[in-house]
Amino acid sequence: MRTSTAAPLKHNMIGTAMERREDHRLLTGHGKFLDDLDMPDTLEAAFLRSDFGHARILGIDTSAALELPGVVGVFTGGDIRPMMKPMPAKVAHPALQEMPRLPMALDEVHYVGEPVAVVVATSRYIAEDALELIEIDYEELPAISSTAAALAPGAPLAHLGAKDNIAVHAVQRAGDADAAFAAAPHVLSGTFRITRGGGHSMECRAVAARYDTAARQLVVWDSTQAPHYARNALANLYDMHEDDIRLIAPADVGGGFGPKAQFYGEEAVIPWVAMQLRRPVKWIEDRRENFISAMMERTQTHRIKVAFDDDGKLIAMKDVFEHDQGAYVAGLQVPMITLSTVPGQYKIPNIHTELYSCYTNMVPTSSVRGAGRPQAVAAMERMMDRIAEYLGLDPAEVRRRNLIQPDEFPYKVGIMFRDGSPLTYDSGNYPELLAGTLERLDYDGWRRRQVELRAEGRLIGIGIGCYVEGCGLGPYEGAKARLTNSGEVLVTLAAAPQGQGYETVYAQIASDAMGLDMDYIRVTTGDTGRIPFGQGTFASRITATAGPAVLQACQALRARIFTTAAVMLKVEADNFVFRGDRVCLAEDESISVTLREVTQVANVGKHGITLLRGVPAGLETQAYFAPERAAYASGAHAAVVEVDPETGRITVLKYVIGHDCGTVINPLLVDGQVLGGFAAGIGNAMYEEQFYDESAQPQTTSYLDFSLPSSMEVPPVELFHIQSPSPLNPLGAKGAGEGGTIPAPATIANATEDALRSFGARINEMPVTPPRVAAAIAGRVPAAQ
Amino acid sequence: MNPDASDEAASQVRVTVNGREYRAVTDVRTTLADFLRHGLGLTGTHLGCEHGVCGACTVLLDGAAVRSCLMFAVQADGAKIETVEGLAEGDELSPLQESFHRNHALQCGFCTAGFLMSVTAALREGPVETDEQAREVLSGNICRCTGYAAMIKAVQETSMQVHGDKAAS
Repeated sequence: MRTSTAAPLKHNMIGTAMERREDHRLLTGHGKFLDDLDMPDTLEAAFLRSDFGHARILGIDTSAALELPGVVGVFTGGDIRPMMKPMPAKVAHPALQEMPRLPMALDEVHYVGEPVAVVVATSRYIAEDALELIEIDYEELPAISSTAAALAPGAPLAHLGAKDNIAVHAVQRAGDADAAFAAAPHVLSGTFRITRGGGHSMECRAVAARYDTAARQLVVWDSTQAPHYARNALANLYDMHEDDIRLIAPADVGGGFGPKAQFYGEEAVIPWVAMQLRRPVKWIEDRRENFISAMMERTQTHRIKVAFDDDGKLIAMKDVFEHDQGAYVAGLQVPMITLSTVPGQYKIPNIHTELYSCYTNMVPTSSVRGAGRPQAVAAMERMMDRIAEYLGLDPAEVRRRNLIQPDEFPYKVGIMFRDGSPLTYDSGNYPELLAGTLERLDYDGWRRRQVELRAEGRLIGIGIGCYVEGCGLGPYEGAKARLTNSGEVLVTLAAAPQGQGYETVYAQIASDAMGLDMDYIRVTTGDTGRIPFGQGTFASRITATAGPAVLQACQALRARIFTTAAVMLKVEADNFVFRGDRVCLAEDESISVTLREVTQVANVGKHGITLLRGVPAGLETQAYFAPERAAYASGAHAAVVEVDPETGRITVLKYVIGHDCGTVINPLLVDGQVLGGFAAGIGNAMYEEQFYDESAQPQTTSYLDFSLPSSMEVPPVELFHIQSPSPLNPLGAKGAGEGGTIPAPATIANATEDALRSFGARINEMPVTPPRVAAAIAGRVPAAQ
Repeated sequence: MNPDASDEAASQVRVTVNGREYRAVTDVRTTLADFLRHGLGLTGTHLGCEHGVCGACTVLLDGAAVRSCLMFAVQADGAKIETVEGLAEGDELSPLQESFHRNHALQCGFCTAGFLMSVTAALREGPVETDEQAREVLSGNICRCTGYAAMIKAVQETSMQVHGDKAAS
């Protein structure tokens, strides 16, 4: 039997700015988000949530709610006991003090918004009416509303059963930081508090479920970033076989940004009650619920010190930080990422990073676009500016002197990354990124104008933020490729999109892998019934993992199609090409078969008739790509701002992003990712902040209290790319989803402090809001607490 | 429609949506958004915040852009409503939709209908020529995916296409 070997990959579609296939349905109002799906006779659910940051539940009376016409069922934690098992942390640590996170509270609530009971009714309106009829007898307990409160001597416990409020204490070390500090000529320290907001996907969370009693299968629709992860969690909680649960992330999910990559109690409760009631049930989270129950990222407090020589070259860095884990540990990924992101693009021989992750009585925290990196970058980049100020050097020059050079890859930082592998940067060109960014900013010109304008009383500041982003994480991602009975190639991804354009991007990759026009390729996503294994869309990982899986599956399918064609055409040669939907002999294109004819022979077959010898039966292939370790994207941001000392208002006059995500598959979409990430970064840098009072009552629960950037707040940005392909996957791809976000708070804070240098003002807290700027000018906030 | 409507205060509503007349009985407390989505099956209009800030639910009511989450269906009785489903002519996208597509001005697409309706209303009032004007027109809606840059361009391009001749003459 002859087998066609895969030809070297020709980039025809990869690198092309293809407009998206998804757009037409979304532009015409025919998208299919979860609540748009036509599910006849579906009941609607509403959750009753804790009103207290911390309280004991002494009793629940649901009888009046059950009597309301239209109510079909009311369930408390006690009513769903068979599946009330703790939902384990997705990223753990040997030292983790894990407090059980149950689908609904049983006898103690730990944050305002924690689900306590669920009502299922004929409409959401009635379900919400019924919530008001449920009586809960609470005994309020002292609540923890900050990491400082959590760590205070004699602090009350966020969980009554815990030994203290520390979820985990972890240290990373390279070299000998303490010895290096003792011997260093210069040491500077700073304390920075960085608050991040929530994900704020415009579509909130949503779950629907129907138990098919005939097929004995539970079908769940979930507006999730991680369908297989959610399916596995359900199988575990319900003690069901994974094949008896089909979990579908709808083709259209209205944004993710991290919070939808986690698994929540509501996702466990809704399918369970649908099974109990033998009726389809759906729950559509409203925005208020999103504010008080969808995971968010919140505050970290960094105490960082750096040692350096007379030239500003780094000798040592020590960063001890507190992370607000919230009421439960759904995963430690965020602080673990912070722990290894602080060193960034710089050569630092001695490193010490140390984490205190604290339980508090607020919404649990998890990844939000950037995921622990913006905080780390802010701490390090603020100190780079402070070194320059101390030595009287240009901050760009101090960075240049410390950058890892292009010939030093792979570069081992000396500590571990959150994927379990030694933190090893695979490729990059940091000096070129910085130089390109500063050139486009007209850095030297602005430095001159800064002096001139200051003489006129105008406060201009310039800020730089450099970063490295661990992305493309394992363990693996999978894809199937199949020639369907109609003669098209169907690429099935385990991963689910939330606006990234998978139906377009993966068709581009498949097209190049096969040498087949995109018109004959279709992509489907996010359905555990179509492909058994997958991980999910998070950590800017999919292009670097699912991309190679698609590439490999499609190369294998191409070979099987060509082998089939050779047998059908009775030719010896295996040198075929695709022309439209025809498989043609390269040297004589008149000798050909159509894809439909190929599928007829190899896939459809004739009942009971022997298959042509040499034809591979069943033209379906699959590939799972498991990267050896994370890839590292990188970038440099630079901003010019003007500060109004009267109001504290910051105006961004110019902003440049230099971005390196390795091979760019679709420039149109990658630019969209970076610019969208930048808007989130501006929110983090200047606007978004969750407030809780001392009893852990949330104070920001609507868009009237919480500022999301609109078109008026996001400044124009100039974006350029360099491409340092990753050697860790055959596409050379890295991640592009978070680079716009990560260094924005550092960049804006650096620029603001630069503008205020003549006042000696210190910007130690982010977001940098007008009140903070005004206070800094007045010299009222020299250090974050 | 709420199957238990009989148990609550219900009222008849007559509206014209995208040129087609509908008569329905609905609870008086049903929002216009829920009525359009679940009563009439026009699910292109989305709900992002249900308190009138995000703009995802924007529809045109007798030509004016309104938040359909902030009014009741019964308040729309007798009105002419336009939703995103009415923008294209069959399979042919409107110039604004086409421009959103070309400029990659949408990603997840959840907020898109609201933006399209807000901008459609603005472009009927007159040209949107500068960056500042485009930002102003878009500022009543929130998008969490795109960072707005592509939308700003798409609005200006569409304005040129729709009003270009008028501006030149």
